[in-house]
Amino acid sequence: MKVSRRWLEDFLKRPLSIADLRGRLAMLGAPVDAVESLAGELAPVVVGLVEAAEPHPNADRLRVCQVAIGGGERRQVVTGAPNVEAGRRYPFAGVGVTLPNGLTLEKRKLRGEISEGMLCSEIELGLGADADGLMTLETEADPGTPLVDVLGLDDDRLELDLAPVRGDLLGHKGIARELAASLGVIARLPVVPDAPAELPPFRRSETPLAAGGVEIRIAPGSAGRRFTAAVIEGVTVGPSPAWLARRLEAVGQRPINNVVDVTNYVMFELGQPLHAYDGAKLRGGVLESRLARSGERLRTLDEVERALAPTMTVVADAEGPVGVAGVMGGLESEVTDATTTVVLEAAWWDPIATRSTRRALGLPSEASQRFERGPDLWALPDALRRAVEVLLATAGGRVVEQPIDLWPEPGHPPRIFLRVSRVAQILGIELGMGEIERTLTAIGATVSPKPEDGRLAVDVPGWRGDLTSEIDLIEEVARIHGYDRLPDELRPYRIGAQIDPPLEARTAAIRRAMMGLGLHEAITLPIGPATGPGSVPLQNPLTADHAFLRDRLSVGLVRQVEANWANQVRDVRLFEIGTAFGPGGPGRRPVESCRIAAVLTGGRRPAHWTDGGETPDLDWWDLKGLFERAASLANPGASVQVQDGSLVARSEQGAEIGRAGPLGADSPAWAGPLFGFEIEIAERAASKLGFEPLPTVPASSRDLALVVPWSIESGRVVETMREAGTGLLESVSVVDEYRGAGLPDGTRSVAYRLVFRGRDRTLRDRDVEGVMKRIQRALESQLGVGIRAS
Amino acid sequence: MTEATGYPDLDALRARLGQIAELDADGVERERVAVLGRKQGALTALFKTLPSLSPEERGPFGAALNRVKAEFEAALDARTAALAAGAAQAGERIDLTMPGRERWLGAEHPVTKVTREIVDIFRSLGFAVATGPEAETEWLNFFALNFPPNHPALDLHDTLYLDVGDRPAGDDDPEREHGRILLRTHTSPVQIRVMQAGPPPYRVVIPGMVYRADPFDPSHAPAFAQIEALAVDEGIGMVDLKATLTAFAHRFFSPTTPVRFRPSYFPFTEPSAELDVECQICHGSGCPACKQTGWMEILGCGMVHPKVLENAGVDSEKYSGWAFGMGPARVAMNRYQLPDIRLLYGGDMRLLSRLGGEAS
Repeated sequence: MKVSRRWLEDFLKRPLSIADLRGRLAMLGAPVDAVESLAGELAPVVVGLVEAAEPHPNADRLRVCQVAIGGGERRQVVTGAPNVEAGRRYPFAGVGVTLPNGLTLEKRKLRGEISEGMLCSEIELGLGADADGLMTLETEADPGTPLVDVLGLDDDRLELDLAPVRGDLLGHKGIARELAASLGVIARLPVVPDAPAELPPFRRSETPLAAGGVEIRIAPGSAGRRFTAAVIEGVTVGPSPAWLARRLEAVGQRPINNVVDVTNYVMFELGQPLHAYDGAKLRGGVLESRLARSGERLRTLDEVERALAPTMTVVADAEGPVGVAGVMGGLESEVTDATTTVVLEAAWWDPIATRSTRRALGLPSEASQRFERGPDLWALPDALRRAVEVLLATAGGRVVEQPIDLWPEPGHPPRIFLRVSRVAQILGIELGMGEIERTLTAIGATVSPKPEDGRLAVDVPGWRGDLTSEIDLIEEVARIHGYDRLPDELRPYRIGAQIDPPLEARTAAIRRAMMGLGLHEAITLPIGPATGPGSVPLQNPLTADHAFLRDRLSVGLVRQVEANWANQVRDVRLFEIGTAFGPGGPGRRPVESCRIAAVLTGGRRPAHWTDGGETPDLDWWDLKGLFERAASLANPGASVQVQDGSLVARSEQGAEIGRAGPLGADSPAWAGPLFGFEIEIAERAASKLGFEPLPTVPASSRDLALVVPWSIESGRVVETMREAGTGLLESVSVVDEYRGAGLPDGTRSVAYRLVFRGRDRTLRDRDVEGVMKRIQRALESQLGVGIRAS
Repeated sequence: MTEATGYPDLDALRARLGQIAELDADGVERERVAVLGRKQGALTALFKTLPSLSPEERGPFGAALNRVKAEFEAALDARTAALAAGAAQAGERIDLTMPGRERWLGAEHPVTKVTREIVDIFRSLGFAVATGPEAETEWLNFFALNFPPNHPALDLHDTLYLDVGDRPAGDDDPEREHGRILLRTHTSPVQIRVMQAGPPPYRVVIPGMVYRADPFDPSHAPAFAQIEALAVDEGIGMVDLKATLTAFAHRFFSPTTPVRFRPSYFPFTEPSAELDVECQICHGSGCPACKQTGWMEILGCGMVHPKVLENAGVDSEKYSGWAFGMGPARVAMNRYQLPDIRLLYGGDMRLLSRLGGEAS
């Protein structure tokens, strides 16, 4: 909502500083988002006092003036204006100033006399139509005073951030009311120049009624709740007076004509949208709130033809819709320069119906914004009366018959009971009945304390449609009392009965491990293009790039690797812990799983000069080591197996929980190989860690170089050793692999280191030799693997 | 060398200090034994005379002995090190100005870091972590949280709905009546889930990813991290909200950071508030980052709306409480002065290394 500082000052009859407004409005719950100064082009124009005005020696029509411009300075100005008089004050623009008409003033000679600046007329300043002479200033202000100050032209446009339920703040009156409560003053409606002294009273009715030949109706089932209208004849449509145009411009509205501008003015003043029809274009002497009929269409003010649905309420004359209720008027019946009879409408439309119509038409407007929040139903006639008043003042004419106020089901604003004890419970401080009464009275409520049962009966003001329950009133009490006045000392509390979900500790452990292993944590968008046949689609994606939920994390991480490559970054090690989504069945929520995914490419370690410029790249074995570590953290007891040329992690129960391997990517020639893995993190899984007795006797080790055919996997060799060495063989590790000369075709040599240890005694050499023989025999007989002849 | 000790024996011994710099490795060892040796060391011998001195003499002499002992030890160690360096130079030469060997070091994402800091603070205030699904029903995301259908408050959240088809006839899943399936627009559905899972008191902090139908541009992302907390018990009032969140802000920023609570609106809390801290960039004087206000909005909060408690099956007359929510990404952007939120989703190794504290 855009607000004019000047307009608020008119309500409060006092100057307001921007700093004070910022502070007060923030603490009232309507913070200022931005401030724009509107002094604009007239800022450099000042009051000039003409001390002498002598005839020009060489020109009859010109006069040479000595102008005091403040600070003891004077300028000589040559002017052709007939009305210049010594001793009077006029707007003065000095050399260098650019006027609103685009003219930049220069020092020059007029028929031999120097002229340094200009005394200005209204039209030159863009302040009116009078081009006949200088604008005479009726002021005693000192020369040099800015013109905008003297004329009250300087203004500031404040952009307020309003709560969506505070419809009452969508007009200057509502904001002035809040400020008045904060300042302890009263807000009064600004006086309109040339306003008529008296207006005819309204005729209130619960059934259709006519004025000026127009009958007003509300059809059952339509969104209309109350409908007021006035008919004004003899109107002269034209530009709005300067004061009115200025107010609208200050809130960012373009003035159109003195009728449309009046409806907008009242909307921005009171928050009640109005509509003006050209009376001559309404057909059949009827204005009715009714549901649209199927097939009906309307060309709205924005010149778009719109198809109307039977759920939408329209305002219709005898032949068809002339406006979409609460949203936008029709083009046909709009007020033009030729209009002489105006039908002014101020109505109250059901907020929910207005909202769905607005959404269906995709047509947000200043009016719909207000109707969706519900203007003051009880102040509807006041808004129409104000509009009539301003219209008569700016466009002339006369009201035909008494305006109509059609209200089929009149009622009162709600009465809410507020318990003093409940205020104490919710706020945590004791406020007395008197104090509560004062705060609620300050926002316009009528309060009747009932000390006998510890509560207050509160009749909420009509403009606060958002106040419907006790808790709403407690918020108002807190707000007006002041949040800053609440104490902030910690009181004792009970801790909660909740405990962390098990995933929390597990993901934290995985994150720590990955970081320690040199990977950076990344975040990718969980929505993107489809990542697999099971990707769950969004119903209303903003773009095709963000139209599906990811079914795995690694796709996004690969994109990040490519982005790094595009930045000439070769060493990329990223991991992400996040959610992947799979289909959950028709109409059901998707299945979510928490994953750890990682991508690796580039150097195994930071380049160091001892590597001679040849730092090794990350390879399969780095991948496998990381994958095994991540899998055992993600699902204690999980193991990594080889399957179809890739690595697969399986839970203890045998379910596949993750995969690792090379990843395809759009890679530059200089990039290293790209590897990655992704593992589902188990929600419930017990740690497998526990105490095992530490060895008390020394171990002995033996190395064994075997010739292993490529058809035999090293894993099987180790497995066979383990089985044959059960009891004494503590561990087996691979220490080397040799390929090449001296070996039979189709084989390689793998060297293993076997560590033996007795349970409770130191092994003698012969014990170890015995088990070594057993192992060699098993390898020979089961796998055909023998010792490499040295 | 410093001034004389005043003890002739000691001064005589100290005269040998000057020669140490000339000794070779064997000489250093011999000298160490000759002076400091446990059996025949000259200084050790002087130490052994201490018990025979009167208490008045013993103190000053003991102190002088210890000073001289330290001088010898330092001189002998220095010579040993110098000899070792020389030996290294004579054999395998080493230039210690050459760069050392580094290791890859990973780091947590800036948003994770901020989230973890917040979680840790709330843990210290008696909260546990709670989490929930990212795809939710309209009921849990909106209606249970007191967003009435067709209410303007719904405009606060541009929602992404999922295309999951229709439920087959006869599907008796209890979520059937809970409306359309959407991506949660806030972590607040977890509040309802926590309250439905057991009786009060509740004290949970809820981190998680949330979604909005926002374009991916410098200041918006369609998915971003959120964190909120919920505290409900008998006798919890707005003063507790203010005290707890002030304590949080003072731990998270600094104990002297000015804070202010001002009224706001959320459908699921009432009274509602916004917590501002002094702008961390201009420190209150006004700058573009704080829109010249000197304050920086960091979180929304309020007393849990009685309807929300009732919708979750909690007696709102007996229990009351508060909740808050904030965006760690926004905090991270402020902290690291990131100009574009998309940087947080880029996986740029240079940025992650820098923010993670590693030079890469």
